[in-house]
Amino acid sequence: MSREAGKSRSPSASEVWKALAEIPDPEIPVVSLVDLGVVRDVEVDGERVRVEFTPTFLGCPAQEVMRDRMADAVRALGAQPEIDVVLDDSWSTDRITPEGRRKLQESGFAPPHPRAAAGPTLVQLESHAFRCPYCGSADTRLENLFGPTPCRSIRYCTSCRQPFEQFKTI
Amino acid sequence: MQAPPETRVEAVLAFADDELVLGWRDSEWTGIAPFLEEDVAFSSIAQGEIGHARALYELAAGALGGDADALAFDREPDEYRCAPFVELRLVGDWAATIARHWLYETADAIRVAALMESDWPELAGLAAKMDREEAYHRMHAQMWAERLRQSSESRRFEDAVAELWPHALGLLAAGKRERLCELVGRSPVEPVERGTHTEELRPLLEEMTLVRRSVPGAAW
Repeated sequence: MSREAGKSRSPSASEVWKALAEIPDPEIPVVSLVDLGVVRDVEVDGERVRVEFTPTFLGCPAQEVMRDRMADAVRALGAQPEIDVVLDDSWSTDRITPEGRRKLQESGFAPPHPRAAAGPTLVQLESHAFRCPYCGSADTRLENLFGPTPCRSIRYCTSCRQPFEQFKTI
Repeated sequence: MQAPPETRVEAVLAFADDELVLGWRDSEWTGIAPFLEEDVAFSSIAQGEIGHARALYELAAGALGGDADALAFDREPDEYRCAPFVELRLVGDWAATIARHWLYETADAIRVAALMESDWPELAGLAAKMDREEAYHRMHAQMWAERLRQSSESRRFEDAVAELWPHALGLLAAGKRERLCELVGRSPVEPVERGTHTEELRPLLEEMTLVRRSVPGAAW
């Protein structure tokens, strides 16, 4: 936190977005909070910065850490943070940015499928529509609907014999 | 926000209590589920239910004034509004645990769908968010129910469903029970109603609040 004590300033909204885009997700650090799409809005009012934040999964233990790091980032810009946690239906895995999806893929983490209107179904998850992030084969099977964090499922690639994590579609 | 009527806050609290207590019961399988993948899955489901409870307590605390943790942990056992169904300690009996899981998720889907239509916008939005996550709990319950029905132990599963059925009916308000009967394929029976508790609730709450009572204000 490199600002002089007592000096506050009014950052621009794009400065705030840029700072938030540098905060890694606590559980999947290859993507940032902006990549994840959990920052819904940024409003600058003088020295006060209001960030609207929609958590991914309600049971995700990283929520507090995300909130605190966003507040720290706003303070580092010399402004007073107000982080509003919005628990409504506005976050879906469809909000992960193309950049975020690319980063997930490159780190061996299969990005989520687009959400169908009726939501995911077992028939879909047990189909061969999911590609291995390592070899690209669609010859993969569902190993476990649940994984090490609420947002992940585990699949297995029969082609390169590699288990991998699949971001759940919600 | 317009203050929601007291009865609606009560309904949110009852829902929160159901999710908290069931999440606790599910977490009792952590480390001893039938195999490793299931250990991960059931622990994740428990975490999901407790996350939902937290959001519901926060909503109720916002309407009532006060603190979500105090609602979750500081009430007397008689003040909890959870259904007896979620209190039953089934750890050790996987067939009964899956029977409850399947019945609960089926009933919960009916409840959540109704709340998504609530004219309390914060509740409707939260219910919709929960529903996205619950879709995975429902798929998990469905997979296991089918697996046990096709296994050599199918009788154990069906017996557990029959035994738990009056409890499961009591989870829902009277007007929603007919739909549950249809989905589960069972006839209505005398339900075990919400408003009473099993003897298993008190020891559960004592265990759940041990740290909070021993070290007030503990945080980690």
